[in-house]
Amino acid sequence: MNEPTRIRLPLRIWAAVAALLLVAPTLVVIPLSFSDKRSFAFPIEGWSLQWYEKFFTDQRWLSSLGTSLWIALVVAVIATALGTLAALGLRGLRARLAATAQITMMLPILVPGIVAAIAIFGMYLRWGLSGSPLGLVLAHLALALPFVLIPVGTALRGLDETLVRAAAVLGAGPVARFVQVQLPILLPGIVTGFIFAFVTSLDEVVVAYFLQSPTVRTLPVQMYSSVTVETDPSIAAASTLLLVLSTLIILIPRLVQVVRERRAAKQLGDVA
Amino acid sequence: MTVTATAGAELRLSGLVKRYGGAAAVQHVDLDVASGEFLTLLGPSGSGKTTTLSMVAGFTTPSEGSVVCDGAEITSVPPHKRGLGMVFQNYSLFPHLTVRENVEFPLRQRGVPKAERTARALAALELVELHTRAQAKPGQLSGGQQQRVALARALVFEPRLLLMDEPFGALDRALRERLQLELRRLHRELGITVVFVTHDQEEVLTLSDRIAVFNEGRIEQVGTPEELYEHPATLFVARFIGESNAVAGETIGGEFVGAAGVRLTAHGVADGPAVAIVRPERVRVLPAGPRRPSAN
Repeated sequence: MNEPTRIRLPLRIWAAVAALLLVAPTLVVIPLSFSDKRSFAFPIEGWSLQWYEKFFTDQRWLSSLGTSLWIALVVAVIATALGTLAALGLRGLRARLAATAQITMMLPILVPGIVAAIAIFGMYLRWGLSGSPLGLVLAHLALALPFVLIPVGTALRGLDETLVRAAAVLGAGPVARFVQVQLPILLPGIVTGFIFAFVTSLDEVVVAYFLQSPTVRTLPVQMYSSVTVETDPSIAAASTLLLVLSTLIILIPRLVQVVRERRAAKQLGDVA
Repeated sequence: MTVTATAGAELRLSGLVKRYGGAAAVQHVDLDVASGEFLTLLGPSGSGKTTTLSMVAGFTTPSEGSVVCDGAEITSVPPHKRGLGMVFQNYSLFPHLTVRENVEFPLRQRGVPKAERTARALAALELVELHTRAQAKPGQLSGGQQQRVALARALVFEPRLLLMDEPFGALDRALRERLQLELRRLHRELGITVVFVTHDQEEVLTLSDRIAVFNEGRIEQVGTPEELYEHPATLFVARFIGESNAVAGETIGGEFVGAAGVRLTAHGVADGPAVAIVRPERVRVLPAGPRRPSAN
């Protein structure tokens, strides 16, 4: 028992340091958002909620938050549906065609964001889509699709084809097979995909910056504009909110899993 | 017990052919399965037995020929409308459902009301002695238990034909033998027709009423275990069923002449190279004592 502990302790310290380095810069915004000074100065001398008050009373911040949330939601819903269908469809294709189709759909995460943004902007100017909510939703959809395709595809690889056959021979038609067998087994992958799609759209700034208009301005774009023209600690409040929101959303599946495992463990305990 | 005996279905396969590209996996299979019969498709892997079963289940559409069940042509009926029970080698229990929900699954597809569904599922689980694990998830059961659940799930809606695709292949020997006995008992109690696929010739001899021996996409011989053992129609069948010694030689004018001067009568065997099959238990070895005077 000694040996594992000896190895484990340095590993733990190492992991903690690495995690701290990754997360610390982000966490700095949290105390900053509670500062009573109109600056980003450390150390913080007095505490205040004024920047949150400003955030929630300023129409610019509120409306951009609203825009971000509804665009992210629409993108996540559509990307999840399309990505799941695409992953299912890819499995039905012949190997070479499937590989080509998959790479095509993954391109948005391989192409540098700024290149994609300029290309999309150029095409949208011609199509008259720039500055419209539809345009932004479509652009974010392309960016979010790979994040659904990957987890659903992975879940699908774990789905034994004979399960679908078993369901068929036991009397389940195509719809029942999908709803009662494939969907529940793929659900963790689909939920992961939905969350990543939502967060991808919520966080995205480059494309959203190019495609912005007075009516379509997402929170990251508003934050970026705010930080370039003024040093308004409202941005720290906005960052903190975005951080908390993203973290919560990403933690949801993990929390659900923990609750389920507890319940299952309790059931087992009852039986035994 | 609510799982009652039903008359098993009659199955008729005529002229079944399945080609993949140019290669034929199954070449002209004719087979009649009587009501209540336990028929085994036996053969090495790649011999076409699984493809044949798959055409009966409806997963594979035959290139030629027909599948007729109880007089109704079902060749192109999709699997979910055939009403067959099936057990797979890898159990194929739905991992997200409990044992009871797994067994209820076929009843749910048939619109059976909730209360009746549960009662019938528990009865079917009792049949395989697993009703105490109804609330467990398949992942919490051993392989043998999972396969018994799969069997309960395949029987709960009282199908008249049960297909089994190497169902005990993944289990260890002791467990396999126990489940074979259990299956034998269930088959007798329920009167269901069973088509069973395996490559394990030992399994076949204990379970089957009749055996169809597959080789290279064709049926070499169909018969009872005794018939196949005592009167193999081809060399392949003789070698595949039971232990045997093979003596190579030649037939000339109704007589077989083999190595070491073995001579046997061979009526009805064409002249040419031949193999004599000797079952080891038919060979008796006696002490070579001195010749007795009375024997002259």
